[in-house]
Amino acid sequence: MRKLLFESLIRPPLTERPPRVSDAAVDELARALNGVAHRRLGRSLSIRAVDAGSCNGCELEMHALNNAFYDIERFGIRFVASPRHADVLLVTGPVTKNMRDALKRTYDATPNPKWVVALGDCALNGGCFAGSYAVVGGVSEALPVDLHIPGCPPPPIEILKGLLALLEGVNSRAAIARA
Amino acid sequence: MPALTDLILAAEGVDNHLPWPRAVVTSKEWSFAVEQLAEGHWSLLGLWGEPGTVHMALLDEAVWDIGVVSLLCPDGRYPSVGLLHPPALRLERAVADLFGLLPQGAPDTRRWLDHGHWGVSFPLSARVQTAAAAAPPYQFLPVEGESLHQIPVGPVHAGIIEPGHFRFTASGETVVRLEEGLGYTHKGMEGLMAGSDIDHAAKLAGRTSGDSTVAYALAFCRAVEAALGIEVPARAVWLRALMAELERLANHLGDIGAICNDAAFALMHAHCGVLRERVLRASDAAFGHRLMRDRVVPGGVAIDLNDEGTTAIRSLIAEIRQRFPALVELYDNTASLQDRTVATGRLRVELARQYRAGGYVGRASGRDFDARRSLAYPPYDALNFNVPLLQEGDVNARVWIRIHEVEQSLSLVEQILRQLPGGPIRVDFARTGGPHEGMALVEGFRGDILAWLRIGKSGLIERCHLRDPSWFQWPLLEAAIEGNIVADFPLCNKSFNCSYSGHDL
Ligand code: SF4
Repeated sequence: MRKLLFESLIRPPLTERPPRVSDAAVDELARALNGVAHRRLGRSLSIRAVDAGSCNGCELEMHALNNAFYDIERFGIRFVASPRHADVLLVTGPVTKNMRDALKRTYDATPNPKWVVALGDCALNGGCFAGSYAVVGGVSEALPVDLHIPGCPPPPIEILKGLLALLEGVNSRAAIARA
Repeated sequence: MPALTDLILAAEGVDNHLPWPRAVVTSKEWSFAVEQLAEGHWSLLGLWGEPGTVHMALLDEAVWDIGVVSLLCPDGRYPSVGLLHPPALRLERAVADLFGLLPQGAPDTRRWLDHGHWGVSFPLSARVQTAAAAAPPYQFLPVEGESLHQIPVGPVHAGIIEPGHFRFTASGETVVRLEEGLGYTHKGMEGLMAGSDIDHAAKLAGRTSGDSTVAYALAFCRAVEAALGIEVPARAVWLRALMAELERLANHLGDIGAICNDAAFALMHAHCGVLRERVLRASDAAFGHRLMRDRVVPGGVAIDLNDEGTTAIRSLIAEIRQRFPALVELYDNTASLQDRTVATGRLRVELARQYRAGGYVGRASGRDFDARRSLAYPPYDALNFNVPLLQEGDVNARVWIRIHEVEQSLSLVEQILRQLPGGPIRVDFARTGGPHEGMALVEGFRGDILAWLRIGKSGLIERCHLRDPSWFQWPLLEAAIEGNIVADFPLCNKSFNCSYSGHDL
C-alpha cells in the first residue's frame, strides 16, 4: 500500500478541466427555473439518483462521475443517500409502471426547492421502450422535469455539463434575487 | 440414463431450429425431462412461454448437448418444473404473469414481474385481459420465531443502483432469511421485440442490461445468424470478441473496486475506477462508444477498428498490466479487507451446481462452465485461455475469479489483436422465407446469456426470449446471505452483482 500511496504523491492528478457549459442547456434551464427561491443552494448541489427502470447504462456513467477523472465533488456536487438531503432528483429510465409510485414517493420526500433532471434518452420519452404496456414513457409523464440530458447513455462529461448548467442557472438566479 | 438427444429424436422435431434441435413433446416426455433435471442429470438453460406453448432449454453436460423441448398447452396448463426443480420457480412465475400459462402443482404461484400496475393481465398472451383495479398486496413468505425482526429495503436504494426490494428477517445482527422482490424494471422487452424488424430488435437486445450491451447484442445476433444461416465475416467475428473482452475487463475492474468499497476500502475503488475509465475510453477511441452500444449488429459489426483504435487498446493493455498487479497485491495483503471478504457470503458448491450458476458466481463455487470454452463458439475455439475455478464460494473467491479473469481477458485481447484477420466487417442477408428459429448461448461478464427467437415469413421477429444469468444467481444470493450479518449484505450483493434490468426484462 505504501508504494501506491507514494506513487500517487508524485503522479500528476488525473482530474480533468471542467467542461464548458453548453448554451442550449443553460437556456433550457433558465426557462425551467422560473422565479423559484434558489438562495439557499449556494455553491452546492446534492443529488439523489433514482433509477426508474433504466437498463443501468445511465447509472454506470453516473458512477463514472465519481472517479478520479471527473471527481464531481470538486464542483460541490455530490450524490446523497436520501431524497431528504437532495436538491436534485436525477432520474433515469422510461419510468416503468412498476416504479412510478416509488418515483413519486421519492419526489414527495424531497424538500423544496427541488429540481428534476431526466437523464438519458429513455427518460425523455421512453426511448426504445416507448409504447410498451409496462412503461409510462418518460419522466415528465410522472414528474415535472426541469432539465433533460440526452444520450444513451450520456457520457460523464455530458452529465457534468448538464449539472453545471443547472448549478450556474441556480446561482445566477440567486444573485438576481439578492440584488 | 438416456441422453437428451434421445428424448428429442423420439419427439416431434421442429424444422429450421438452429443450431440445436427443438422438439414438441408430450406431457409425459416433458415430465421425464423434469425428472432428469431434478436428479441432476441435465441442467436448465431457460424456460419461457408463448401463447399456448411453453419451452424449456436443456443442457446435457455429460455430452454438451443442448436442446429445446416444447409443450403445447391448449388449456393454459403444464406440469410444473419448479415443483421438482426449484431453479425453475421464478421463471414459471414470470411465464404465468406474461402468458397466463399455469404450472400445475407449483409450490409458489405468487406473481413475480406483474405488480398489478400494468393495467393489463397476461400482456403477451392471446387473450390479454384488463387487469382488476386493485391487485392484492404481495405476500412475503411467513417467518416465525422469537425475537425476529424484519428490515424492508428498496425498491429505491441509498446508492446509485438499480431498483429492487429486499426483505430481511434478522435475529439480532444475523440474517435468518432474505427474500427478494424484483420486477421493478420490467419494461416489457419481449412484447416490444414481437413484431419489430431485426435491426430494431437488435437495438432493444443491446439495452437489456446496460453493463452487458455487447454480450446481449452478440447473443441476439448469433441467434439471428443461426436462424437465417448467415456466415459472418471472420474479421467481424474477431472484433466482436474484442469488444466482449473489453466489456468484461471494464466490468470486472469496476466490480473489484466496488466490492472493496463496500468493505470501506476506498483506495482500491479509486484505483480500479481509474482503470475502468481507461477501458471505457479505449473502447470509445476504438469503437466510437464508451459501452460499445449498437456496435455488434446482425451480420457483423457496425464499425471497423483502425490503427488509432488498435494503438489505444494496446496502450490500455500495457497500462493495466503495469498497474493491476500492485492492486492485486494490495488486495491480497490487506488483512482488514480480507477480514471482511473471506468466509463471507458463502455459496455452497451443490447449490451452485443445482442452479447452474453462471460466471464468477458459479466458478467461485466449483462450477466449471464457461460458454466461451464449453461451447467454443468462434473465435474462442482458436484462442488460448484458462477458466479459473475455486471451491470456497465466498466473497473473496468471487473477487479472485474476477482478478484471474481480468488476466485472461488481457491475454485474449492481445491474442485477438495479433491474429485479427482482414476483410469485410458485415454481410447483407436475406430476411425472408421463414419461419426460422435460432438460439445462442454467449458468455457475458456475469455468466451465460441465452437468446432464442423466431423470425417470421415477413422477416419480422415473431418471438424473442432473452435469459439473463441473474435468473439463476438471484435465488442463490438469498441462500448465500443466510447466517451473515446485515452489514455484510452490501459485500455479498456486490460480489454477486446480479442484474435487475436483465432479469426483469
Ligand atoms: S438512455 Fe440508454 S443507457 Fe440510459 S437507460 Fe435508456 S437505454 Fe439505458
